[in-house]
Amino acid sequence: METKIRRKKKASVEEALCVACGCCRKVCPKQAIEIWKGVTARICAEKCIGCGKCVKECPASVISLQEVQP
Amino acid sequence: MKKHWYDYLWILSLAYLILGFFNILFAWLGLLCFFIPLIISIGWGTKGYCNRYCGRGQLFALLGGRLGLSRKKDIPNWMKSRWFRYGFLIFFFIMFFQMLWSTYLVFAGAKDLRQVVTLLWTFRLPWNWAYHGTLFHPGVAQFAFGFYSVMLTSTVLGLITMVLFKPRSWCVYCPMGTMTQLICRAKAK
Repeated sequence: METKIRRKKKASVEEALCVACGCCRKVCPKQAIEIWKGVTARICAEKCIGCGKCVKECPASVISLQEVQP
Repeated sequence: MKKHWYDYLWILSLAYLILGFFNILFAWLGLLCFFIPLIISIGWGTKGYCNRYCGRGQLFALLGGRLGLSRKKDIPNWMKSRWFRYGFLIFFFIMFFQMLWSTYLVFAGAKDLRQVVTLLWTFRLPWNWAYHGTLFHPGVAQFAFGFYSVMLTSTVLGLITMVLFKPRSWCVYCPMGTMTQLICRAKAK
């Protein structure tokens, strides 16, 4: 029998298009996001649990969940 | 999550829009939304205003998010491109200086005060009910009319994109946001 392995996912920001509005930071339950110098959002990969709240919230839709290697 | 005092600034934004219907001179208060973000970005090099204090963003988040007045679709790619954002900033600046110019003309006495609010740079709405004279020069009122036009226009645009796309879609092309980000980018180097 084949077992399905669920890959771990984490949020990642397309920094060149980020508006740095801070919407994502407000909804993050783990405070894993900081607005780096008012230029772009940056996600702390250690804290991110891949819940996807920021992905939904981002008005520019520049955050996506990416699979990470275990 | 713990609420802070600054999470209620949307009330001020809403009050500002309503007050403009009663006395246009309140429009001057809108200058706060221009100077505070600039001071924060120049002084601290952050977009703290957008991140925390922007009442308008909170208002859109409330209407589109909690009250569900938004389709919550992705914004089109061209709207988040730098071309559009910078282009809109430049367009906004041109319209702003045109407004300052017509204020100057009233101050100089070359033109009379026009009690209209121009929506979306095109539609002239009569607004004489909100003007009851001023102790100062009529030019002061002309600036108020012009500035309220800017604020109302941007709110209407924001509401349209809020409904069509995500609640805070306005933040993507907000001229103040673009400008403060440019300042922050220059400072971060």
